[in-house]
Amino acid sequence: MLAMILKEFRQVGRDRRTLAMLIVMPVVLLLVFGYAASFDVTEIPTVVVGPGADNVSSLLPDVFAVDSTDANGTRDDAVNALVAGDAHVAVIAEPGAPVVLIDGSELFMARTAVQVATAMKAQVPGLTSEVLFNPTLDTSAVLVPGLAGLIIVFVGTLVTSMSVVREREAGTLEQLAVMPFKPKDVFIGKIAPYFLIASLDIVLVLLIGTILFDVPFNGSVVPLAIGALMFLFVALGLGVLISSVSENQAQSIQLALMTVLPQIMLSGIIFPLSSMPAGISWIGYLLPLTYFNLVAKGVMVRGAGLGDLLVPLGLLTLLGSVIFGLAMIRFARQLRPARARVMS
Amino acid sequence: MTWGLQEVTVSFAGQPALRGVTLGLDPGRISIVVGGDGAGKTTLCRTIVGLESAEAGDVSRPARTCFQPETSGVWSDLTVEENLEFVAGGYHLDPAHARSRIGELLEATNLGPARDRLGRQLSGGMRQKLGVAMAVLSEPDLLVLDEPTTGLDPISRLELWSFIVGSAREGRAILVSTSYIDEAQRGDSVLALDEGHVLASGTVADVLASMPGRLFTSAGRITPGSWHRGHSWRTWSPDGSPLAGATETTPDLADVVTVAALAEEGR
Repeated sequence: MLAMILKEFRQVGRDRRTLAMLIVMPVVLLLVFGYAASFDVTEIPTVVVGPGADNVSSLLPDVFAVDSTDANGTRDDAVNALVAGDAHVAVIAEPGAPVVLIDGSELFMARTAVQVATAMKAQVPGLTSEVLFNPTLDTSAVLVPGLAGLIIVFVGTLVTSMSVVREREAGTLEQLAVMPFKPKDVFIGKIAPYFLIASLDIVLVLLIGTILFDVPFNGSVVPLAIGALMFLFVALGLGVLISSVSENQAQSIQLALMTVLPQIMLSGIIFPLSSMPAGISWIGYLLPLTYFNLVAKGVMVRGAGLGDLLVPLGLLTLLGSVIFGLAMIRFARQLRPARARVMS
Repeated sequence: MTWGLQEVTVSFAGQPALRGVTLGLDPGRISIVVGGDGAGKTTLCRTIVGLESAEAGDVSRPARTCFQPETSGVWSDLTVEENLEFVAGGYHLDPAHARSRIGELLEATNLGPARDRLGRQLSGGMRQKLGVAMAVLSEPDLLVLDEPTTGLDPISRLELWSFIVGSAREGRAILVSTSYIDEAQRGDSVLALDEGHVLASGTVADVLASMPGRLFTSAGRITPGSWHRGHSWRTWSPDGSPLAGATETTPDLADVVTVAALAEEGR
């Protein structure tokens, strides 16, 4: 038995990357997720519109962090600010009858806002509150758009990286390298099935979500399709990049999980980004799922349009171009034949 | 020579894997690279087909070069026929020509009855035969086969060699690497490698004639440098002087390569 234990220790010790994962990762995950795992909302981005905007904004409790006031603003302006995701609470400061509009697509913020607004009613006579987009604060309405993103990450990153590494392990990637394929042919051929499967998965998840769980689909398909496409490029590119630095499938799974786990925990799907300390939330703002989640939730729950989602869509396009481009370059480099006199 | 390596050196992380190797490859001829583990056979094959870069020297190959890696290069999730069809598509073969060529190769390799079997369901010998068939499908000018017979039973080895020889008769240059010295006799030329060095090269007759000194056989071990062959011992006399208790014997390829390795060690 001692021989067996020694052998196992030797093997674990040789695989430095796995060893690092086993020792360092739990500590990192505990620290990061320990700080991130918070449902407590301390600040909600708020806009105040209407004739009494300036007065009302000074009376609001601290949790309603007023970003802007507009004395000439109307209810439409307030709703538009919520649809665009510029604020999650909008107060219409009508004299005698102030209204607190709450964005129901941000579950924890909305719950906090409802509690605060209810408490305010005792102090501000005539105040009413209204939850928009997801009036019953249904959890599935908020989670399903993010889940579609998680599926893209899973198929695009994890499965693609494993597939490319499997090809290398089997020695067939070398076959492809010496065949008269251009690297881009191999690259596109390799990821095309996963692109289609992930696309089909998104459609299925959204269909099941809307039919079975009554998840709303208030916006247009176009911005969501653009967001999903860009996000898919990011996920597939990450998968190929991971495969290019992995020697075997086990390593590719480890690396893929290292990109998938932070995206689950820090992208705002489960825990609100605004509840995380700044030292952690900046990681969330680097993650592509954060922006896909903003787009998917924006379109489906709030009915946001292309114009409302330019920033997350732009960032997804940027991330997609950089990561997919890098993946193509690395992949092509690995497949490019060495210099030689080639005679016809 | 038509194609090949000229004084090629290849290193990995500063460690030379091939040291100034020269090898000619000509149409219709089978060249064998023989050597033990770590001799540089795979590196040589990969360098010829362009999977490794030469640090020094000259590499030339025809545009139509096909390669079978050590792992057979068969896609395990495709059937025998699908593997061949994929390769035919990759080389842009005319569909009608591809169909007839696939039929010919399935017959020549006796893989016809297994045409619908997945790559992973094939025996080692069948997989290697399929790998060679895939490499030869597009009728390349140069075929590079990296250890196609390793781990195969004697019958499968014979079948595979008969297929390789048939393919050379069609006029293509073939490079086969092997760790079995007896297989080296099947080639038109042989190159013996040891730790990236060329121990011996040329036709089998040239290599046999190139051995310096004389070779002796005895029932027991005569010197620390004697080596075991079958039930007897071989001893090399570099200066050709007779050895007491031993009789002179005609060296075969295995003896000559062993002598070349001893001579290399003695330098």
